[in-house]
Formats: sequence, structure tokens, C-alpha cells
Amino acid sequence: MVGRGSPTVWTVRGLVATVLLLATALVSSAAKAGPTLDAIHKRGFIKAGVGSQPGFFAPDGAGRWQGFWIDIGRAIAITALGDPEKIEFVSSSPQQRLPALKSGEFDILLSGATQTITRATQQGFHFGPVAFYDGQGLLVPKAAGVSSGKDLDGATVCIQTGTTGEQNIADFFRKNGATFKPLTIEDTGEFLKALEANRCDALTQDGSDLGIKRTQLRNPDDYVLLPERISKEPLAPAVRWGDDRWLELVNWSVYALIQAEEFGITSANVDQFLENPDPSIRRFLGVDASVGTAAGVDPKFAYKIVKTLGNYGEVFDRNVGPETRIGFERGLNRLWTQGGLLYAPPFR
Amino acid sequence: MLRHRLGPRPFLQFAILLIAAVVLFAAGATVLSNMARLGLTPGFGFLGQPASFEIGESPIAYRAGHLYARALLAGLVNTILVSAFGCVLATVFGTFIGLARLSRNLLLSGLAQGFVEIARNTPLLLQLFFWTAAAHALPTARHALQPLSGVFLSNRGVYLPWVALEGPSGAAFAACVTAAIVLPLLSLFTERRGVLLGLAGASGMAACGLLVFGAPGIGLDLPRLRGFNIAGGVSVSPEFAALLAGLTVHASAQVAEIVRAGVQSIPAGQWEASEALGMSRGATLRLVVLPQALRVIVPLLTSTYLDLVKNSSLAVAIGFPDFVSVANTAANQSGHAIEALTLVIAAYLTLNLSFSFAMNRYDASLARRGYARP
Amino acid sequence: MSEDGLIRRLWAGLFGGWANAALTSALLVGAWFALEPIIRWALIDATWTGDAKACAEQDGACWAFVGAKLRFILFAFYPFDEHWRAAAALALLLTLLVLLATPRFWSAWLAPLSLVLLAGACVLLGGWPGATDVPSSQWGGLPLSLLVTIASLSLGFPIGLALALGRRSDLPVPRWLCAAYIELVRGTPLIAVLYLAMLAMPLALPPGIELDKLVRGLIAMALFFAAYFAEIIRAGLQGLPDSQTEAALALGFSRIGALRHVVLPQALRAVMPALVTLAIGVLQSTTLLAAIGIFDLLNASRAAANDPAWLGFYDEAYAFAALIYFALCFGASRYGVWLEKRLNRASEGVR
Repeated sequence: MVGRGSPTVWTVRGLVATVLLLATALVSSAAKAGPTLDAIHKRGFIKAGVGSQPGFFAPDGAGRWQGFWIDIGRAIAITALGDPEKIEFVSSSPQQRLPALKSGEFDILLSGATQTITRATQQGFHFGPVAFYDGQGLLVPKAAGVSSGKDLDGATVCIQTGTTGEQNIADFFRKNGATFKPLTIEDTGEFLKALEANRCDALTQDGSDLGIKRTQLRNPDDYVLLPERISKEPLAPAVRWGDDRWLELVNWSVYALIQAEEFGITSANVDQFLENPDPSIRRFLGVDASVGTAAGVDPKFAYKIVKTLGNYGEVFDRNVGPETRIGFERGLNRLWTQGGLLYAPPFR
Repeated sequence: MLRHRLGPRPFLQFAILLIAAVVLFAAGATVLSNMARLGLTPGFGFLGQPASFEIGESPIAYRAGHLYARALLAGLVNTILVSAFGCVLATVFGTFIGLARLSRNLLLSGLAQGFVEIARNTPLLLQLFFWTAAAHALPTARHALQPLSGVFLSNRGVYLPWVALEGPSGAAFAACVTAAIVLPLLSLFTERRGVLLGLAGASGMAACGLLVFGAPGIGLDLPRLRGFNIAGGVSVSPEFAALLAGLTVHASAQVAEIVRAGVQSIPAGQWEASEALGMSRGATLRLVVLPQALRVIVPLLTSTYLDLVKNSSLAVAIGFPDFVSVANTAANQSGHAIEALTLVIAAYLTLNLSFSFAMNRYDASLARRGYARP
Repeated sequence: MSEDGLIRRLWAGLFGGWANAALTSALLVGAWFALEPIIRWALIDATWTGDAKACAEQDGACWAFVGAKLRFILFAFYPFDEHWRAAAALALLLTLLVLLATPRFWSAWLAPLSLVLLAGACVLLGGWPGATDVPSSQWGGLPLSLLVTIASLSLGFPIGLALALGRRSDLPVPRWLCAAYIELVRGTPLIAVLYLAMLAMPLALPPGIELDKLVRGLIAMALFFAAYFAEIIRAGLQGLPDSQTEAALALGFSRIGALRHVVLPQALRAVMPALVTLAIGVLQSTTLLAAIGIFDLLNASRAAANDPAWLGFYDEAYAFAALIYFALCFGASRYGVWLEKRLNRASEGVR
């Protein structure tokens, strides 16, 4: 069995060829990149990590991403590249999203990660402005007759892996001198199934998240989201350390949405505001080009954002507001002038 | 000197060594410099800090607020526990399946073969999902099945009565039970089986005596419904049960094939000779064939066991807090992902290497007792 | 054997002797109790057409769900309008599998051809000038599972071969290094290696170099299974008497020539069935890619049951995926048995 027909011959040639293929694959997929923003400019689009949750981030029937955080991402794409479409959304699980951001998988994480001091100082992440104020809640079956988390002593609580939720719920029970059994599950579907199968007595997660998850249960009316919030969950875009300019682009894209609402500028009336004599509005919309030039971006970025996506209120209402299937009230996510927490620094 | 130690072509070898060292060093240095650039301080200092998360089940005492090191230890003990039970069950179950495949009854051997094919030709992860779904389909704690009084089957877990131990007689009981379990295992590694087995029997009887005559400090702890969950007794969570079932079934298919091959490696003459001596088929199998087949079976079993230990890491997919799963949580909470991963790899290596060492010793002791390999 | 003989043998095997007959009857009763609910669920009470509401009214399986989500299960998040490309890539990969499995085609041109087919599948999935670009983060389902399987096998094999030869080298340094690598990898769970590829590999690359997640997963699988390849090939090499090499050297072959033309062909032939088993293991291991967020067939099936319109039909999704895996793996293991027989016959013929 010697000669051309033997496996060895193609083995050895295959070895050489495979190494070559691998080398080409490596070279072709390797892109030279400096800090994040240079890499984005070179690539021509932003890579953003998102979760999967109707209202916040979900592909529609045509496969186009829609949602609150998706719109935030498109605003950033307008600021950085002048085009809301120049952003690619990559779905990532809670468990993987922060490591993936750190490893350069995305340029920005728009999955609604909680801003915490550990993440900021020890784990090497910068957070942009808080775009959604949330708090951790508890979803329980109505039949259990539970009115507060304090009634859950000894209960089994399901938690999704990789969130700050694991720590919050442990803190909550420790504070109240109670005990619980955690069951950590990564997959959203399994998470819901565990509650339906009565494997756990409660689900815990960001309140907004649970509000949406409740609608995904087979019999949503059998379950209730307890009104109390056991933690503060300020959800913000996250980037890795090492590119301050990129962080500032993210910051001011979000602030532009908030400031537009404060000015009363909407996608419908933004063109009329171009004629407005107020110098701060003229600076904001880039009629007076001094602001944008100083920031190194198109002076009209805020105009484009509002023209394409609307202001913060429009983004909120369109995706998760009272008129949508999700049906959230603005709550803390109102402007500071209306008793909420949203406040943009001045555009000057 | 070096030349002498390296043997032929010392310069080539030295160059290879150098290249390997440089590559490793470069990779390590890049990781460190990249971590510094990203604002990460590598180090295992976080192990000494308190961890603020709970673990679903732990054989050792652990609460949120204990150290990370302790949380990881709890995960490691969980991994060892499920692996140990899995190895024992897979061996027993797999041996039966392997022998069933050799049965003269065509239906039995057909069913056994069908079992082996299904277990081998579907991904373990998929099987684990199946077992988890099955465990979650059990009734709720309030409506738990009670096949025996004191035994609860529910989707919160399987609860069994357990002995509650207190005081000196409790300790004596625990010591006797441990001796009765450990001594027979030790006897596998030594020539003096008789002495050890005798001691084991005596300890077992002593333990039974203590239990039956109700020495103070020993009582029965019966599980019962309390609040949201069943409390008391000893319990196994549905995730543990699902993981154990999945690992056992998957590995027992391999064990079955190994046992079948081992038994078939014994020449037919042995069967015929035993039959001529008037031995039944069962007795022949037990006394003649299996002891000889062991020398083929044992080395192959080692790799099955090692696979099982490694496969137990799939626990992370079904929510059982094994070592990988706890290390993941620790990495998420502390941000020390690379360090946690290093610990995972080191732990599995240690487990696997010590396991191979023990199995090799057993193999060697088989050889010494006359089951030498040809 | 005549038909009559077959029936007689069956009868004897099932009901010959009262103990045997009792066992058969007991097993039949047991099997009925075990299988009846499954048959009832999967066939009798099943819903074959309609929507989720129609399914909710029946107790049995909802195969309508599989029908409705079939394309998602097979191709995951691949853009819907471009599914024909994923289907073509799948066909290409299946063709490649058949080519690789046919001994008649084992010749010099198979390696370059299989590389061309692999590359073709990648181009079909990823896009070519003039076609829509589909980033690898949107690849998924069955084509992805097969692509990763075949690619990690064809990358892992040469590495494993080098490791096996290194471990049998006369030179201590490569021998130690190869042995250390093999034992290190074989003592580590794949999931940890995948996490390593996810977390540590990007950090080990110089800043500015990015590697696609799929490429990283692929490299991890190839490096992982290379160690298993190495042990199988080493067993094949050990089973070969030294006289083979000596004879080849006496005939004027160089050492490399002897290895290439005499030793390896025989050694690889002997371990082919073990390599088939390993390939089955690789396919099953692709399910772990879910841990790093890649949508292989199993992960895609699971995601299909997360669709709000078809929420919670996990059992059906898993059952369908199990069928596909079983068909592929069972086919491969039967092929391994056939190959072993054929190779044994061939070597007896040579002797």
C-alpha cells in the first residue's frame, strides 16, 4: 500500500495547504486597529453588543434590529460616522457580554449594563450617561400570596447568570436576615420555564426586564411583578478603557437625545428650530458651527440625530412607552424639569 | 553536560526549546501588557475577599459573605461529588448493559444495543437538557410524590431521610460508616485484602449496632414540607439529579462497549471448559470470565472516567453550581476572568492526573495479582 | 441463511426455553409502558399543522412548530432572503463529507479539493463581490455545525500528526514538549478551552489584531482535538512493528520517505475507525459553542423556542435537533464499522 493512493500523501500535502489556509484566514480577518475610534473609522461601522428583549433590542420580521438601545446605538453611529445604519448589532448573553467587550468583540456594549464602581475601577470599563434608570424587581406567582420580597424567606429564586442581580438578591436576603436558594440560569427561555414549572418561587432581574418577561409567560395574568425595587440599576452604555475620544462621542450622543427633549425639539419640528434665534439652540443644532468643530465631529450631529430618531422621549415612547405592547411609564426616566433624573450638561 | 542529557542533535533541540520558551513568554507578556492597558490588575488576591453571591447547593458550609476561595471550593466539591457518583453508577449500569448486549435473548440484547446507540449518537448537552426537563416535570413541593414515607420526589429535588449525628456516639457511627466504605476501596490497591475487608465488615456491623440500639446522638432526620420548600433529611437538587443521570447514561454506553469487548476477548474455550465442569453461565461469567476480562477493561475504563469528570463541566449549561459555574460567577463578580479560568484548568488537570495515577496503580495491582497483560 | 432459518433463529432467541420466554414477555411489557407515552406524545396526540393556539389545544407534540420554524432551526440568524446560500453551503459540506468518507477518493487531490470546498462554503456563507455581505456573527444552524466540525478536523489532523510524531521522536525536547501539550489538553474540559479562546486569546494577541469569534472558536477546537488525534495516531504507529521502517530503509527510502510511504499509510489505516469515532465526538462537541455565543444547530433550536409566537416548544425543538444529530452520528458510526471490516478484508488480502 505505497504510493499515490495512500492517505499519507494527501495528509502531508494537506498539512502544508491547511497551514497556508489558516495563515490566510488569520491575515484576512485580522484588522489593524489603534484605539477603538480609529478601528471604527477604518472598519467603517461600529460593532455593538446587545441583548435580546422585545422593546429594548430585537430583530423585527425583516431582520432589522429595533428597540430602545438600538436607537441609542444609531444615535452614536450618526455622531461617529454620520449614518445611523453604520452599526452592527451582535447579540450577546449576560454572561459573556462584559468579557466580550473587554476582548474587543464589540466597540460598545448597549445591553443595558449596570454602572457600578467595581466595573468602573477594577474591571476596566467606562460608562456613558445613564440612559435608563431601573431597579431590580421580583416576579412571583399570584397564587403564592407574596406581597413583598421579605415574605420569600426560604424560597428558591431564579437568577440570570452574569448580572449584578446575583449579588443584589444575596445582599437583600442578608440584610433581612433571611435565606434563599439561588438557581442561576443563563438562557432566557429556560429562566421563564423554571418559574412556570414552579422550579423556583420567584424570578429576579431588572424590573423593566421582568415587566417584559412577564408578557412572555404562557399565562401572564397568573404572575405579578412586586412593586418594590431591591436595588438601583442605572443602565448605561459601556466601553472599555483606553479611548477617551470614543467615550465622549458616546456621552454627547446620549446627551443630544436628552437635550433635544428639554428644548422641545422633535423629529417633526426640528427643521423649524433651525430658524430659532436662541443661541444655545443654534449651537445645539449646528447652525452655529462652533460646538461640533470643537468636538471633532459634524457640527450638525445633534440635528441629524433628532431628525432621524427624534428626542429621548420619542425614542422611549416608540419602543417601550405606554402606547406600545411593553407599556412602561417614564417614571425616573423623565427630564429633571419634570421630576425625573435625566439631565444633559450644556452644549457650549 | 547538556549535550549528554539532550542526546542527539543538541543544537536543534536547544533551538526548539528556546522557540517554545520565547513563544510562551511573548504570549504571557502580551496578555499582561494588554491587561494593564485595559486597566486590569492580574492576581489571585480576590480569593481572599468576601464573595457576595449565594450558591444553590453546597456540601460544605458556604454563605454569601464567605471568601471567594470558599465559594470556589464549594464548586469544586460539587464537581468531585457528581463525578464520583457518576463513575460508580456508570460502571454498575454500564456493566449490566454490556452484559445484556451479550445475552442470548435477542430482545434484551437489542434493547441494550438501542440504548447504547442513542446514548452515543446524540450530544451530551442535548441529553442534559432532556434530563433537566424531566426533573422539572416532577410535581411541585406541595404535591411531591411520596413513594415511601419520608421520601419526597418533587421538582425541588429528591429528599431522603438521613441520620442526624451528634456527640461522641454520632462521631463513632460516622467513623464506622466511613471505614466500611473506604477500606474495601483501599483493598483494591493492596495484597492484604482479607484483613482490610474483615475490618470493613466489623466497622459496618458496629455502625449498624449503634444505629439499631439507638445510641444517644443518633437520630433519624425526616424531610417534611416547610414554607416554600421541603426541609430536613438529605436532598439532591433536580439539577444535580439531571446532571448525574446524563453523565451516567452517556458514560455507561461507553462502559457497556468496553465490557462487551472485554468479555468477548476471552476465548470461547473458557466458557466451554467451565460448562464441562458443571458451572452455570452466571457463575462462569462471575468467577472465570469477568476476572480475566478486567485486565482489558480497566485501562479503557480510565479514559471513560476522565471523560466523565471533564463532561461534568457541562453543569454550567443546566444551572448546577459545579466548579466551572461558580468560577464563572466569581469571574463576573470580581472581574478576574483569566485568573478564574486558570484555576479551572489547574483544578481539572489535578483531578485528572491524580485519577489516572490511581487507576494506573489499580492496573498495576491487577497485574501483580496475576491478571498480567500478555 | 434461508428465511425459514432466520425465523427459527429469531424464535429461539426470543422464546427458546421458558426462562427466555418469560424474560422476553417481561421486557415487552416494560418496553410498552416506557414507550407508550412517548408514542402517544410524538404521534397520536401530535399537532402537525396550524399555529401555536392549535397546538395548545392538544396534549401531544407540536410538530407544526418545527414546520414553521424549520428554516430558523437549520440556518439560525442567517438573513432570511439569503437562505439559499446557507442551503448551498450545507449541500457543499455534505458532498465534502461523502467524498472524505469514500476510500476510492483517498488520493493526492482530495486535500486541495476539500480545502477548495471548505473555502467555497465559507464564501457562500460570507459573501463575494456583488453579493450581500453576511458577517460570521450571523452564521448559524446546521451549516455552521458541519463547517466547524470539518474545519476543526482538517486543521486538527495535521497538528495531531505532528504531535504524535514529536511524541515518538528520538529527541527528548520535542518528545517532552509534545507529551506535555497532549496531557495538558486532554486533562482540560473543552468548555474551559473555549472560554480561553473567548477571553484570553484576544489578550494574547498584540494590540490592534482582532480575530473573529468564530475563527477563535475554530482554532480552539482544532488545537483541542489535535491532542486526541495525536493519541490515536500514536496508537497506530505503536501497533506497527519496527521491521517495517527497517525494511523501507534497506530498500533505500529516506527516513521521511519511509515514514510517508510505508509507516503512516499502514498506521493511519489501522486507526481509521478510531478517527471516525473522534469525528463523531467533534460534531457532538460543536454544541458547546453555545457557551461562547455561537448559534450551532442545538443553540438555534433552543432559540427557535424563544420566539414569542411559538414560546416554549422546547421539547419539539430538542427532539428535532436530536433526530438530526442521531442521523448524522449513527450514520457515521455505521460507516466506521463498515470501514473497519473493509480495511480488515483488504489487509488480509494483502497478506
